[in-house]
Amino acid sequence: MGTVMESKVRIQREDFSVTDEIEAIKKSSGNIGGIVVFLGTGRELSKGQNITKLNFEHYPKMAEKKLEELRVKAIEDYKIIDMSIIHRIGEIDIGENIVLIVAAGEHRKEAFVACEWAIAELKRTTPIWKRETTSTGEVWVQDTP
Amino acid sequence: MITLKYFASLKSIAGKEEEKLDLGSETTVQKLSETLAKTTPQIGEMIQGKKILVSINQDVATLDTIIHDGDEVAFLPPFSGGSQ
Repeated sequence: MGTVMESKVRIQREDFSVTDEIEAIKKSSGNIGGIVVFLGTGRELSKGQNITKLNFEHYPKMAEKKLEELRVKAIEDYKIIDMSIIHRIGEIDIGENIVLIVAAGEHRKEAFVACEWAIAELKRTTPIWKRETTSTGEVWVQDTP
Repeated sequence: MITLKYFASLKSIAGKEEEKLDLGSETTVQKLSETLAKTTPQIGEMIQGKKILVSINQDVATLDTIIHDGDEVAFLPPFSGGSQ
Protein backbone atom coordinates (compact mmCIF):
# COMPACT_ATOMS: atom_id res chain seq x y z
CA MET A 1 0.00 0.00 0.00
CA GLY A 2 1.07 3.55 -0.53
CA THR A 3 2.59 3.10 -3.96
CA VAL A 4 1.12 5.45 -6.52
CA MET A 5 1.68 4.15 -10.01
CA GLU A 6 2.04 6.26 -13.15
CA SER A 7 -1.28 5.38 -14.78
CA LYS A 8 -4.30 7.51 -13.92
CA VAL A 9 -6.60 4.56 -14.57
CA ARG A 10 -5.99 1.26 -12.82
CA ILE A 11 -7.71 -2.00 -12.01
CA GLN A 12 -5.85 -3.82 -9.30
CA ARG A 13 -6.17 -6.40 -6.55
CA GLU A 14 -4.25 -4.50 -3.92
CA ASP A 15 -5.61 -1.66 -1.81
CA PHE A 16 -4.80 1.97 -2.59
CA SER A 17 -4.01 4.99 -0.46
CA VAL A 18 -6.52 7.81 -0.91
CA THR A 19 -4.02 10.35 0.39
CA ASP A 20 -1.29 9.21 -1.99
CA GLU A 21 -3.67 9.40 -4.95
CA ILE A 22 -4.75 12.93 -4.02
CA GLU A 23 -1.14 14.01 -3.67
CA ALA A 24 -0.34 12.43 -7.05
CA ILE A 25 -3.11 14.29 -8.87
CA LYS A 26 -2.08 17.60 -7.28
CA LYS A 27 1.16 17.26 -9.22
CA SER A 28 -0.76 17.38 -12.53
CA SER A 29 -1.04 21.14 -12.42
CA GLY A 30 -0.38 24.11 -10.23
CA ASN A 31 -3.77 25.47 -11.26
CA ILE A 32 -5.85 22.92 -9.33
CA GLY A 33 -8.11 24.70 -6.89
CA GLY A 34 -10.64 22.01 -6.01
CA ILE A 35 -10.43 18.23 -5.66
CA VAL A 36 -13.49 16.02 -5.22
CA VAL A 37 -13.06 12.41 -4.16
CA PHE A 38 -15.52 9.56 -4.37
CA LEU A 39 -14.55 6.50 -2.37
CA GLY A 40 -16.74 3.42 -2.63
CA THR A 41 -16.41 0.88 0.17
CA GLY A 42 -17.78 -2.56 0.95
CA ARG A 43 -21.15 -2.37 2.73
CA GLU A 44 -22.39 -5.15 4.98
CA LEU A 45 -26.10 -4.84 4.22
CA SER A 46 -27.61 -5.31 0.77
CA LYS A 47 -31.33 -5.71 0.11
CA GLY A 48 -31.88 -6.70 3.73
CA GLN A 49 -29.22 -9.39 3.75
CA ASN A 50 -25.95 -9.41 5.64
CA ILE A 51 -22.99 -9.65 3.33
CA THR A 52 -19.90 -11.40 4.56
CA LYS A 53 -17.70 -10.95 1.51
CA LEU A 54 -17.56 -9.25 -1.88
CA ASN A 55 -15.78 -10.40 -4.98
CA PHE A 56 -15.19 -8.33 -8.10
CA GLU A 57 -14.41 -9.67 -11.56
CA HIS A 58 -13.55 -7.66 -14.68
CA TYR A 59 -12.99 -8.13 -18.39
CA PRO A 60 -9.29 -7.33 -18.74
CA LYS A 61 -8.39 -4.83 -21.46
CA MET A 62 -12.01 -3.79 -22.08
CA ALA A 63 -12.52 -2.56 -18.51
CA GLU A 64 -9.29 -0.54 -18.57
CA LYS A 65 -10.20 0.85 -21.99
CA LYS A 66 -13.65 1.95 -20.78
CA LEU A 67 -12.18 3.64 -17.71
CA GLU A 68 -9.66 5.53 -19.84
CA GLU A 69 -12.44 6.65 -22.24
CA LEU A 70 -14.45 7.77 -19.23
CA ARG A 71 -11.50 9.74 -17.81
CA VAL A 72 -10.83 11.50 -21.12
CA LYS A 73 -14.53 12.37 -21.57
CA ALA A 74 -14.79 13.71 -18.01
CA ILE A 75 -11.78 15.97 -18.56
CA GLU A 76 -13.07 17.22 -21.92
CA ASP A 77 -16.77 17.58 -21.14
CA TYR A 78 -16.56 19.01 -17.63
CA LYS A 79 -13.40 21.09 -18.20
CA ILE A 80 -11.59 19.61 -15.26
CA ILE A 81 -7.81 19.46 -15.12
CA ASP A 82 -7.31 15.79 -14.32
CA MET A 83 -9.01 12.65 -13.03
CA SER A 84 -7.81 9.35 -11.68
CA ILE A 85 -9.90 6.21 -11.39
CA ILE A 86 -8.92 3.08 -9.50
CA HIS A 87 -11.09 -0.02 -9.10
CA ARG A 88 -10.15 -3.08 -7.10
CA ILE A 89 -10.95 -6.64 -8.12
CA GLY A 90 -10.85 -9.97 -6.31
CA GLU A 91 -12.01 -10.60 -2.77
CA ILE A 92 -12.93 -7.53 -0.74
CA ASP A 93 -14.03 -7.50 2.88
CA ILE A 94 -16.70 -5.30 4.43
CA GLY A 95 -15.39 -1.78 5.01
CA GLU A 96 -12.53 -2.15 2.55
CA ASN A 97 -11.93 0.23 -0.35
CA ILE A 98 -13.50 -0.75 -3.69
CA VAL A 99 -13.32 2.21 -6.02
CA LEU A 100 -11.73 5.65 -6.02
CA ILE A 101 -12.43 8.56 -8.31
CA VAL A 102 -10.44 11.75 -7.88
CA ALA A 103 -11.58 14.75 -9.91
CA ALA A 104 -9.36 17.83 -9.91
CA GLY A 105 -10.53 21.13 -11.30
CA GLU A 106 -9.66 24.77 -11.30
CA HIS A 107 -12.78 25.29 -9.20
CA ARG A 108 -14.88 22.94 -7.04
CA LYS A 109 -18.05 23.12 -9.11
CA GLU A 110 -16.83 21.26 -12.19
CA ALA A 111 -14.95 18.76 -10.03
CA PHE A 112 -18.14 17.83 -8.13
CA VAL A 113 -20.14 17.37 -11.33
CA ALA A 114 -17.39 15.38 -13.09
CA CYS A 115 -16.91 13.07 -10.11
CA GLU A 116 -20.62 12.26 -9.81
CA TRP A 117 -20.92 11.72 -13.56
CA ALA A 118 -17.85 9.45 -13.57
CA ILE A 119 -19.07 7.00 -10.91
CA ALA A 120 -22.49 6.73 -12.56
CA GLU A 121 -20.88 6.19 -15.96
CA LEU A 122 -18.42 3.65 -14.56
CA LYS A 123 -21.29 1.56 -13.23
CA ARG A 124 -23.11 1.81 -16.56
CA THR A 125 -20.31 1.16 -19.03
CA THR A 126 -17.42 -0.69 -17.40
CA PRO A 127 -17.37 -4.50 -17.54
CA ILE A 128 -16.90 -5.15 -13.83
CA TRP A 129 -19.15 -7.49 -11.86
CA LYS A 130 -19.78 -7.91 -8.16
CA ARG A 131 -20.53 -11.17 -6.39
CA GLU A 132 -21.94 -10.97 -2.88
CA THR A 133 -21.60 -13.74 -0.33
CA THR A 134 -24.32 -13.95 2.30
CA SER A 135 -25.34 -16.61 4.81
CA THR A 136 -27.61 -18.11 2.15
CA GLY A 137 -25.01 -18.34 -0.60
CA GLU A 138 -23.37 -16.36 -3.36
CA VAL A 139 -25.08 -14.15 -5.91
CA TRP A 140 -23.88 -12.05 -8.85
CA VAL A 141 -25.31 -8.55 -8.54
CA GLN A 142 -26.89 -7.15 -11.69
CA ASP A 143 -27.51 -3.47 -11.09
CA THR A 144 -27.70 -2.22 -14.64
CA PRO A 145 -30.41 -3.58 -16.93
CA MET B 1 -11.68 -19.93 -35.28
CA ILE B 2 -13.17 -17.42 -32.83
CA THR B 3 -12.82 -17.23 -29.05
CA LEU B 4 -15.90 -16.92 -26.87
CA LYS B 5 -15.62 -15.57 -23.33
CA TYR B 6 -18.25 -15.79 -20.62
CA PHE B 7 -18.23 -13.54 -17.57
CA ALA B 8 -19.77 -13.49 -14.08
CA SER B 9 -23.15 -15.29 -13.91
CA LEU B 10 -22.81 -16.47 -17.52
CA LYS B 11 -19.90 -18.76 -16.62
CA SER B 12 -22.12 -21.05 -14.60
CA ILE B 13 -24.89 -20.94 -17.21
CA ALA B 14 -22.50 -21.83 -20.02
CA GLY B 15 -20.54 -24.20 -17.79
CA LYS B 16 -17.27 -22.68 -19.03
CA GLU B 17 -15.26 -19.48 -19.06
CA GLU B 18 -14.01 -19.72 -22.61
CA GLU B 19 -14.36 -21.79 -25.75
CA LYS B 20 -13.09 -21.82 -29.32
CA LEU B 21 -15.53 -22.12 -32.17
CA ASP B 22 -14.95 -22.65 -35.86
CA LEU B 23 -17.78 -20.97 -37.75
CA GLY B 24 -16.23 -21.28 -41.18
CA SER B 25 -16.84 -18.04 -43.02
CA GLU B 26 -17.82 -14.65 -41.62
CA THR B 27 -20.87 -14.64 -39.41
CA THR B 28 -22.92 -12.19 -37.36
CA VAL B 29 -23.79 -11.95 -33.68
CA GLN B 30 -27.35 -12.97 -34.58
CA LYS B 31 -26.15 -16.13 -36.35
CA LEU B 32 -23.75 -16.93 -33.53
CA SER B 33 -26.61 -16.64 -31.01
CA GLU B 34 -28.63 -19.11 -33.09
CA THR B 35 -25.71 -21.55 -33.10
CA LEU B 36 -25.24 -21.19 -29.35
CA ALA B 37 -28.98 -21.61 -28.72
CA LYS B 38 -28.70 -25.21 -29.91
CA THR B 39 -26.40 -26.16 -27.04
CA THR B 40 -27.15 -23.48 -24.43
CA PRO B 41 -30.62 -22.06 -25.17
CA GLN B 42 -30.48 -19.63 -22.23
CA ILE B 43 -27.42 -17.85 -23.64
CA GLY B 44 -28.97 -17.65 -27.11
CA GLU B 45 -32.17 -16.18 -25.68
CA MET B 46 -30.29 -13.63 -23.58
CA ILE B 47 -28.34 -12.39 -26.62
CA GLN B 48 -31.42 -12.15 -28.82
CA GLY B 49 -33.48 -10.56 -26.04
CA LYS B 50 -30.66 -8.06 -25.39
CA LYS B 51 -30.48 -9.11 -21.75
CA ILE B 52 -26.71 -9.22 -22.05
CA LEU B 53 -24.18 -7.26 -24.07
CA VAL B 54 -21.93 -8.79 -26.67
CA SER B 55 -18.50 -7.37 -27.41
CA ILE B 56 -16.16 -8.12 -30.28
CA ASN B 57 -12.50 -7.42 -29.62
CA GLN B 58 -13.52 -5.34 -26.57
CA ASP B 59 -16.00 -3.15 -28.48
CA VAL B 60 -19.74 -3.43 -27.86
CA ALA B 61 -21.50 -5.11 -30.81
CA THR B 62 -25.07 -5.36 -32.07
CA LEU B 63 -26.92 -8.36 -33.53
CA ASP B 64 -25.87 -7.23 -37.03
CA THR B 65 -22.18 -6.88 -36.28
CA ILE B 66 -20.00 -9.14 -38.40
CA ILE B 67 -17.66 -11.55 -36.64
CA HIS B 68 -14.38 -12.35 -38.41
CA ASP B 69 -12.04 -15.25 -38.01
CA GLY B 70 -9.72 -14.68 -35.04
CA ASP B 71 -12.13 -12.34 -33.21
CA GLU B 72 -12.67 -12.44 -29.47
CA VAL B 73 -16.38 -12.42 -28.67
CA ALA B 74 -17.40 -11.80 -25.06
CA PHE B 75 -20.77 -12.16 -23.38
CA LEU B 76 -21.32 -9.55 -20.71
CA PRO B 77 -24.15 -9.66 -18.17
CA PRO B 78 -25.36 -6.35 -16.65
CA PHE B 79 -22.45 -4.59 -14.94
CA SER B 80 -22.24 -4.03 -11.20
CA GLY B 81 -18.92 -2.38 -10.54
CA GLY B 82 -18.37 0.62 -8.31
CA SER B 83 -20.43 0.94 -5.17
CA GLN B 84 -23.78 2.44 -4.30
